[in-house]
Amino acid sequence: MSMHTESVSTHAAHEEHEHGGVAVYSKTLIALLILTAITVFAAGFDFGQGNVVIALVIATIKASLVALFFMHLKWDKPVNAIIAMAGFLFLGIFLMFCLLDFDSRNNFLPQNMKPTMVPLAPGTAPAGGVIRVNPSAEGEGGEKK
Amino acid sequence: MSTTSVDLHSHGHEAEHVHDPHHQHHFTTMEQQFDTSKIGMWLFLVTEVLLFGGLFVGFGMMQARYPVEFVEAHTHLVRWQGALNTVVLLISSFTMVLAVQAAKKGDKSKQVLFLALTIVCACVFLVVKYFEYSHKFEEGWLPGHFYSYKGDSLPACQAPSPAEARATTPTGPPTPCTNGYATFFSFYFMMTGLHGFHILAGIAVLAWILARANRGEFNGTYYTPVELVGLYWHLVDLIWIYLFPLYYLIQ
Repeated sequence: MSMHTESVSTHAAHEEHEHGGVAVYSKTLIALLILTAITVFAAGFDFGQGNVVIALVIATIKASLVALFFMHLKWDKPVNAIIAMAGFLFLGIFLMFCLLDFDSRNNFLPQNMKPTMVPLAPGTAPAGGVIRVNPSAEGEGGEKK
Repeated sequence: MSTTSVDLHSHGHEAEHVHDPHHQHHFTTMEQQFDTSKIGMWLFLVTEVLLFGGLFVGFGMMQARYPVEFVEAHTHLVRWQGALNTVVLLISSFTMVLAVQAAKKGDKSKQVLFLALTIVCACVFLVVKYFEYSHKFEEGWLPGHFYSYKGDSLPACQAPSPAEARATTPTGPPTPCTNGYATFFSFYFMMTGLHGFHILAGIAVLAWILARANRGEFNGTYYTPVELVGLYWHLVDLIWIYLFPLYYLIQ
């Protein structure tokens, strides 16, 4: 019976041995270094709103390479990848609700602020630290703009 | 299939002590024990992602809140230092994965070599960070109310004393002022500092498995600590992959 156990573990070790390898890891490292060079180079140009998008897309490609090859998710049991993806899923939900929340406020993002609002002295201000000076503007736009 | 696993279970105890002292009695096989540890490590890594994720979301919100100040504050960070640290961490991830592979093969000298190289890279990272931080300290680019830099294009808000606050009435347009610069550096030091502490913790655990590898403790059937420290180290690298463009490149 112990022989049987032995053969199982040897088989497992053999299977693991086939994955990865210096060649695969070297290619991954080279790809990561090239992507780093590309993102630094791309930062030299101004794409306006696209700057953040380009930087984050390249960062996500790099992160995926690290997770797939260095962290072995490509060859690993799927449960580990599912756990990792669940983490990022919940991070996405968190980010989405925060975006919805602060875009709906009229005292947070500069583009959502009304020009007729002034700060009150600390201690007397309502939550958010601003009041509306011109009450007639109330009827126009509800919560925002 | 089920017959096989029952067989392994009922007879595993005899084999375990003979073959591997690391095999704990509540696991059927060494492979199952290894996979279980790994799932636990991944769960921990998810909590790390959420810890840093909260800070990233906060940073994004404040970037949207103070767009002018954040873009100006970004220019105070030295791009080549961030790029150098990125390259250093990527190379350290590479040496780490080679150390795991050497552990899997039971190759002691390569394990020691690659773990040592990983620690060297981690130290280089911290040295670069030290020079970055000292420069920030000298210029007064500090978090929150420690911020004392005078060269910003928008004036900083002065917090009024309690007596002034009581005397002030909300009349007339206020002087435009901002705390966006200080907010930027609060996030900068919080996020890179927390990441730096992860590097320090990484050096500690790397030194620990380096010592164990040097005693020849790891081989094809037992290398769990090397694998798990490797996963942790790659996550620290992965977080920096996002920190670098968001802080050093978006200007």
